[in-house]
Amino acid sequence: MTNEQVKQQLLAQFPDLGAWEEQYGMLTFNVPAAKNLEVIQYLYSDAALQFRFLTDLTAVHYPDRAGEELCVVYHLHNLVENFRLRMKAYVPVADPRIQSVTPVFSGANWMERETYDFFGVNFTGHPNLTRILNVDEMDYFPMRKEYPMEDPTRTDKDDEMFGRGG
Amino acid sequence: MTEHHIRLTEESLEKQTTTINVGPTHPATHGVFQNIMEIDGERVLSTVPTIGYIHRAFEKIAERRPYYQITPLTDRLNYCSAPINNIGWHLTIEKLVGMDIPKRVQYLRVIIMELARIADHLVCNSVIAVDTGALTPFTYVFQWREKIYEIYEEICGSRLTTNIGRIGGFERNFTDAAWQKIESFVAGFPKMLEEFENLLTRNRIFMDRCIGAGPISAERALNYSFTGPNLRAAGVDYDVRVHNPYSSYEEFEFNIPVGTTGDVYDRYLVRNKEMWESLGIIRQALEKLKDHDPSVFHADAPDFYLPEKAAVYTKMEALIYHFKIIMGETDLPAGEVYHSVEGANGELGYYLISDGGRTPYRLHFRRPCFIYYQAFPEIVSGGLLSDAIIALSSLNVIAGELDA
Repeated sequence: MTNEQVKQQLLAQFPDLGAWEEQYGMLTFNVPAAKNLEVIQYLYSDAALQFRFLTDLTAVHYPDRAGEELCVVYHLHNLVENFRLRMKAYVPVADPRIQSVTPVFSGANWMERETYDFFGVNFTGHPNLTRILNVDEMDYFPMRKEYPMEDPTRTDKDDEMFGRGG
Repeated sequence: MTEHHIRLTEESLEKQTTTINVGPTHPATHGVFQNIMEIDGERVLSTVPTIGYIHRAFEKIAERRPYYQITPLTDRLNYCSAPINNIGWHLTIEKLVGMDIPKRVQYLRVIIMELARIADHLVCNSVIAVDTGALTPFTYVFQWREKIYEIYEEICGSRLTTNIGRIGGFERNFTDAAWQKIESFVAGFPKMLEEFENLLTRNRIFMDRCIGAGPISAERALNYSFTGPNLRAAGVDYDVRVHNPYSSYEEFEFNIPVGTTGDVYDRYLVRNKEMWESLGIIRQALEKLKDHDPSVFHADAPDFYLPEKAAVYTKMEALIYHFKIIMGETDLPAGEVYHSVEGANGELGYYLISDGGRTPYRLHFRRPCFIYYQAFPEIVSGGLLSDAIIALSSLNVIAGELDA
């Protein structure tokens, strides 16, 4: 199984997958947010692909990308062929909705809860989308970039050469 | 109060079952996390895990820390085998910048990582024994865990949260005392491990308690994204060291022990067998090291490898590099990389997005504990409460890794 084979097979089935990359050898592509579950189901059940292992699920916040600020990242693994791929779905921060992949992977349950907890991505169809590591009363999503680690009003660490910068 | 606290049985309007709290601080959890269990007599009907008691926002903190300052954060994930976390993080950076690591450094890392795996498995297996009522084996193995900690101490100066190594190698070469300690460990450990196995493996009471307790099928384990000994106990031979070798693991001969039923006893056996395999790997690494220049202990990468302290005080160039590295002024290339190592609990992954700045744009830890612990309610439901306790200890849930 090579990157090119997987890419061609996926493109034949889903022509709207895009942004193909192979950074450090790992096949990466974007999927339209509405189709994430469909593509994952296909990757899971296709006899040739057999991506039956969800290695990781997380999100990244890109505040500068208008309309696609939140990126949900899936790492899938075909254990038989020992082949990994990375799939990304972008959703707007104003309405971050994406289908839950818990119908396919039980293990996605907590990973999605964690992603919701920190980024506020709403996984529709998730059985219990509540906060997992933070307190239930929290009313914001702390891993988003608008929440800086340090108090932004501090000036004692501003330094032209070695300051902490943005 | 949620619906889980009070559950009425179908046939009665009165509540017949009991709600109990296991945790957050409870001797049986071996860490800070809570289970609200609904029990009917001795049977567990359902359990709701609550986690996050020691969440420290490492992923957020990492977005403001230069790469070196993230190593101490990784210590505090699975603190029973901190060197694997440290080295895994260094390997991630090295993969990102494409650094060549000398063979000798790779073998040294293999030795340290396998020692860490032994230390972790020793704790896990002896704690299963403690939870079944046998305290003695625990005291046996802790002497040997102590010896492993002494080896860490000789190499990096610390014991539990080690912060061992540097990007590109080790902070200093292994001393003669360190080699003596490693050799005496390799020579003496088999006797203890045999004794430990004699006490437990064919012990009728231990077997009766463990066999059939907290099982999970291979299919469910894969669906729950299990990795490490817990997945292998269910019968799937997935090991990152074999599937995606790092640090020259492909050069070593070792077996991947697998179980069949995925119950507590299988998890115990897999971990025990893995300790023997780790010991074999360490022996092979010691043998391989003989062919390499004993003075090499780091890569030639002045942009990332901290210069020797004595040179920093006396040489201008070393001082400049020291300053640049400590202040995080050496930029990394922009890129996305996922690197994983076989931690003691399973696949420990680092998903790093660098935008070319001094800190990660985003760093995500794939923590094996966090992922497999969600199967706990499924594993223990319908079983005895006492089986749930040993299932918990045999999963080896480490609160630090669970909560990041």
